[in-house]
Amino acid sequence: MSRLQSVETGQISPIFGKLRWDSIPFSEPLPLVAAGLVGAVVLATLGWAWKRGYMPYLWKEWITSVDHKKIGIMYCAMAAVMLLRGFSDALLMRSQQAIAYNSPGYLPPEHYDQIFSAHGTIMIFFVAMPFMIGLMNFVLPLQLGIRDVAFPTLNSVSFWLTAAGALLVNVSLVVGEFAKTGWVVYPPLSELRFSPGVGVDYYLWALQISGVGTLLSGVNLVTTILKMRAPGMGYTRMPMFCWTSLATNLLIVAAFPILTATLAMLTLDRYLGFHFFTNEAGGNQMMFVNLIWAWGHPEVYILILPAFGIFSEVVSTFSGKPLFGYRSMILATMVICLLSFMVWLHHFFTMGAGADVNGFFGITTMIIAVPTGVKVFNWLFTMYGGRIRFTTPMLWSIGFMVTFVIGGMTGVLLAVPPADFVLHNSVFLVAHFHNVIIGGVLFGAFAGTTYWWPKAFGFTLDETWGKRAFWFWITGFYLAFMPLYVLGLMGMTRRLQHYDVPGWQPWLIAAGGGALLILCGIACQIRMIWVSIRNREHLVDASGDPWDGRTLEWITSSPPPAFNFAALPHVEGEEAYWDIKSSARDRRQLSDLPDYDHFEMPRNSPTGIVTAFFATAMGFALVWHIWWLVILGFLGAWATFVVFAWRDEAEYQVTAEEAEAIDRDRREAKARLLDIPMERPA
Amino acid sequence: MSAATTAPSPSSPSASGKGDPNRLGHGTVPISEQGPAPKRIVVAYGFWIFLLSDFIMFAGFFAAYAVLVGATAGGPTGTDVFELPLVAAETVLLLLSSFACGLAGIAAVQRSTRWFQVAMAATALLGAAFLACELYEFTHLIGEGAGPGRSAFLSAFFALVGCHGVHVTLGLVWLTTMMAQVWAKGFRDDILRRIACFSLFWHALDIIWVALFTVVYLMGAGGA
Repeated sequence: MSRLQSVETGQISPIFGKLRWDSIPFSEPLPLVAAGLVGAVVLATLGWAWKRGYMPYLWKEWITSVDHKKIGIMYCAMAAVMLLRGFSDALLMRSQQAIAYNSPGYLPPEHYDQIFSAHGTIMIFFVAMPFMIGLMNFVLPLQLGIRDVAFPTLNSVSFWLTAAGALLVNVSLVVGEFAKTGWVVYPPLSELRFSPGVGVDYYLWALQISGVGTLLSGVNLVTTILKMRAPGMGYTRMPMFCWTSLATNLLIVAAFPILTATLAMLTLDRYLGFHFFTNEAGGNQMMFVNLIWAWGHPEVYILILPAFGIFSEVVSTFSGKPLFGYRSMILATMVICLLSFMVWLHHFFTMGAGADVNGFFGITTMIIAVPTGVKVFNWLFTMYGGRIRFTTPMLWSIGFMVTFVIGGMTGVLLAVPPADFVLHNSVFLVAHFHNVIIGGVLFGAFAGTTYWWPKAFGFTLDETWGKRAFWFWITGFYLAFMPLYVLGLMGMTRRLQHYDVPGWQPWLIAAGGGALLILCGIACQIRMIWVSIRNREHLVDASGDPWDGRTLEWITSSPPPAFNFAALPHVEGEEAYWDIKSSARDRRQLSDLPDYDHFEMPRNSPTGIVTAFFATAMGFALVWHIWWLVILGFLGAWATFVVFAWRDEAEYQVTAEEAEAIDRDRREAKARLLDIPMERPA
Repeated sequence: MSAATTAPSPSSPSASGKGDPNRLGHGTVPISEQGPAPKRIVVAYGFWIFLLSDFIMFAGFFAAYAVLVGATAGGPTGTDVFELPLVAAETVLLLLSSFACGLAGIAAVQRSTRWFQVAMAATALLGAAFLACELYEFTHLIGEGAGPGRSAFLSAFFALVGCHGVHVTLGLVWLTTMMAQVWAKGFRDDILRRIACFSLFWHALDIIWVALFTVVYLMGAGGA
């Protein structure tokens, strides 16, 4: 409280803006200790890398890389780290609620409010989004049979801007505070009058900066999919993951600008005294709620559609069958893409728009269950009669099908407006969206990571620890969230820091136990990665095709060369690689040697990280009203682009001989895999 | 398998392409199966997608304006504050600027550095004159006590028109950067692609302005 007052009454210094020494919460040990720990780990890692001489390698091979595979891996790595942050918030909330019956617990209300806001923001924007975008980045060009995305340097800029947003959210832990308004910052609570601190500003600028990254990434991937497929890969020959990614990126392009506009309006309210959403002068709070969900509902499909694509690939591969109902799956995907824009009002049936409007949106919401049901049946029929291998990715997929159907059904229940009037804002809703986001998006991310890991690193992940992780996660999930359904029906509202209903506590203790099981699952995953790296010689994927795959990413080696394909594959059917593989098996010889030709690849560029550096500085300066730094940050970002635009050498050449030499090893590996004699070059 | 690869690339599809340089008839291979598009197409297509997203952002501001247009909180309405002659002048300046931008595009195709620079300078001057009018309108309104803090209607008005103005400003930064780049590097392939994108951007701002002129000024000044 004292901090808030000092901000309100203190003057704004021309040098430091609103930033003051007491902006750092010395009185609250928890965030400082946490941040100190994180800082120590980061510094130790950097120091270790420095000492071992890895810094030039990191700079050249990763930080400045414009290779879509490396950018994809960095996206996923960032998402995994942020998952730890978001999950520790979850543990704090679960433990607080488990003990806060008739007691203040151990987290004061202002702190608790920041935790649930940060948890939601981080999990959606900095875990689920980057995980999915990372997987799309890594996989799409490989599945499309091309050498990179449409705009490789822009891709790097997108990633680093997302990282800049994540950094700002974490800085708010130590310098100032985070929003206490929930993750969609409804006004008027989020207006300056009721949230005078910098928390909402951190939220706004972190999301604007990472939002630009997301939008650019959407533009990039839409262009890649629509304009850069391998010869022969018509639309109805694209793997299902490419289709769901196309739908997702179209949604990003169509929905994220709405978020940009909405947050800009709130920013104008807070910074320049506008009246979009204020209580006074004609402001309209419900317009904010409409606008944010006009982005927010497509957003949940942005998250789940790539996961649907991952499950389609995994189920088909491990059932040893083509995907059942390929075209109906495309249709279902595109119908979901379209319908996702027609249901946003179900997030606020209680607004009072009247029976007709609520009825319309209730029905459109229920209709979405139809294409989703088509998908579920397609996956089941793909498995039916297949020779199923119960690997870790397949377990995640089956766990998803069961869990997601339950989450979907509670969603249909919430889509009934009268029921929603009872359940709105209760923990029933919290249970519902965790049910679909954990059971759908997160399980999808884990399935995808285990499935494509060998492609990225050249060795598979340890199955034992992977399966242990799965069982901990799924039991932990049910134990943590089924009680919340019950509690919601008992009338418990969300975001409670303490409560005085004795009947709730046992359920909340059970939910806390579920969170601990999930913690065990995460520990198993860390262990899985550790063990797999140690045993990588044993787990090596020499053939580039460890799962008997069906799509083009498995035709190249693991890990693929920087240019993915020495010569672009030619596609002749729905399952490009499977067709080529089968024909090679039948003919007992590999396909004919292609005509290798020289080609250009993009050079590395520090544009991404330098832009992000300036964007971070600018975001921080905007939060604290340090105007000179805002101008400096903008000029720096502009100068970075000019330097980028001025360079003369943007590409390097790969000669036909180099390409052929690298491809020879790959062909030998494939010949061994298929047990075919390798032709000797004449 | 692996083998991958294989197949002769059909990237030289148009054996039939003589009388059909843009391959409108697509030859024998469907256009969707002809492999990656040339860079010029990819860049322009990507920029179109970006412009569409920009239009959607404007749609958000238009929607907010439409919702709040009546929320004047006892303050001035559109009829009170809009001066159509000034807005007509702004419209003429912006459209002429786009015309000049089109000439710059032709000059770039002709590889005429001199005419390119002249046309771009004209584009910039007309754009700057447009901005000056807008700035005058804004300061004038604020001076009269009709600033964005007066009512939700004026907030929405300033945000929508201002958002277009910010786009024009950033466009001017881009424009001058392009002039410098052509001066320093000449008509390189990548620079020509950027000129094409800039020109798309500049014309897109016209489209926004036409909508803005109609929805905000004409419908607003007509008396509500």
